[in-house]
Amino acid sequence: MAERMGFFTDTTVCIGCKACEVACKEWNDVPDDGFVFRATSYDNTGALGASTWRHVAFVEQDGRWLMSSDVCKHCTHAACLDVCPTGALFRTEFDTVVVQADVCNGCGYCVPACPYGVIDRREDDGRAWKCTLCYDRLRGGMEPACAKACPTKSIQFGPLDELRQRAEERVERLHAEGTTEARLYGADPDNGVGGTGAFFLLLDEPETYGLPPDPVVTTRDLPAMWRWAGGAALALAAGVAVCFAGRKP
Amino acid sequence: MPRRRDEMVPDAEFRSYYGQPVLKPPIWHEPHMPAYLYLGGLSGAAGAMAAAARLTGRDRLELAARMAAFAGASAGTVFLVAELGRPMRFLNMLRVFKLTSPMSVGSWTLAAHSGLTGVAAGSAVTGLLPLAGDAATLASGLTGVAMATYTAVLLADTAVPAWHEGMRELPFLFSGSALASAGAALMLTTPRALAGPARAAAAAGAMAEVVAGGLMERRLGLVGEPYREGRAGRLMRASRALTLGGGLLATVAGRSRTLTALSGLAITAGALCTRFGVLEAGRASAKDPRYTVVPQRDRLDAGQPASVPGR
Repeated sequence: MAERMGFFTDTTVCIGCKACEVACKEWNDVPDDGFVFRATSYDNTGALGASTWRHVAFVEQDGRWLMSSDVCKHCTHAACLDVCPTGALFRTEFDTVVVQADVCNGCGYCVPACPYGVIDRREDDGRAWKCTLCYDRLRGGMEPACAKACPTKSIQFGPLDELRQRAEERVERLHAEGTTEARLYGADPDNGVGGTGAFFLLLDEPETYGLPPDPVVTTRDLPAMWRWAGGAALALAAGVAVCFAGRKP
Repeated sequence: MPRRRDEMVPDAEFRSYYGQPVLKPPIWHEPHMPAYLYLGGLSGAAGAMAAAARLTGRDRLELAARMAAFAGASAGTVFLVAELGRPMRFLNMLRVFKLTSPMSVGSWTLAAHSGLTGVAAGSAVTGLLPLAGDAATLASGLTGVAMATYTAVLLADTAVPAWHEGMRELPFLFSGSALASAGAALMLTTPRALAGPARAAAAAGAMAEVVAGGLMERRLGLVGEPYREGRAGRLMRASRALTLGGGLLATVAGRSRTLTALSGLAITAGALCTRFGVLEAGRASAKDPRYTVVPQRDRLDAGQPASVPGR
């Protein structure tokens, strides 16, 4: 297996140009996701989805704008991959999570399983789609299209260990410069998804950017779920037995 | 820098991105998904009842149960395949077996249960291979209890707050509802004098369904709100009234055809309302960022962030 690769998105230097969104669509041939005037901010993309694999959020606050390019997190413990019944979702040699379009049968289970609301089904196509971390480019020794196109190095691509170290240093520097609200999101390997392959440096609470503050991979609790279901199955069997235990007419 | 807690969503004590959902709501369609949940449950419990009838020598009830189990599994499979984005690829469900995917476990369970109930019903109708039919009936009792409960894990094993947090009660809600549904179906298709166990099952299942649903809504607190509000709330209330009424009627339904019909239809309608209501509550709880953000923020504020021990 190759080294684990990922994204470090430093939102402090994002200028909201959306070059990442465009580059992603161009390279990956992602179809139109609609022209919507949302009337909330400069964000006319809305959210990540089947045909939106990079999404620049515009958080307009008093005295400052926060901009952040969101993307699939490529979780260490990926719920979408865990629950996929066909094996269409798989983990690559770069430790990223990718859908095989020729296997996906569009069951839609990955969609509500994702704790970040990333993956979605294209209704006209019937299959689930999301960021591949440009699997094809990685195999060709290139960096993903969004990172390549980012003019401010807000989106950084590389081996995850290196990125985490670089991000720690960046946060320390920001703190020293007085930007005490700087914090990393998703970099901790002990969090509810075992750390993410794509992590972020944020300037406010994650929910402000539309990110879950403390996500959990749903399959963490699956053993308990099967136990409760086993109890219910036994109760059902016992119930049926009792109903049939009486005297025959 | 001034912090306004309410900058995105007025009158809310949590923060979000313009009130947009954090999660993607389940995309499963109506009536496909709730119909499958109902039919799968009906078929599963009917399989268990067919096996019980076989073991206790109740031939007429066994025949009705074999037919109901087969009909439920067949119709359910049609809904399930129609639900897929790529129905022609339904066989990809059997490409792998994954314990981490309740849908994979469920697909294999459904495949086994459909096959067994098909053999059981086919043998009953044609009179061919009676031993194989009997063996399939007994085996469908085992696949049946799995059919009636795995769907609860299917829903709970998502990020949808109202489903995930309901992991304890949902299996009892669904297995109770399945028992009531099968009891109702057998009550309606078996001569009254021979349908005593079906009426007992209908009554007991209905009580289990009502109790499990009530316990779940009470325990979940904020995250249980979607089961009480809006369309989901109306469906869940209708379900409770119909199931409770039908279940109570089942205890006296042996007296007349009218009572039998009323009870059976009320329980069936109640079980359908439960499935539509649970799907709708899941959608509502995923669409409102409150149910995603508030419990997670509370966890962080309490200094107890989530972790994945042992993985």
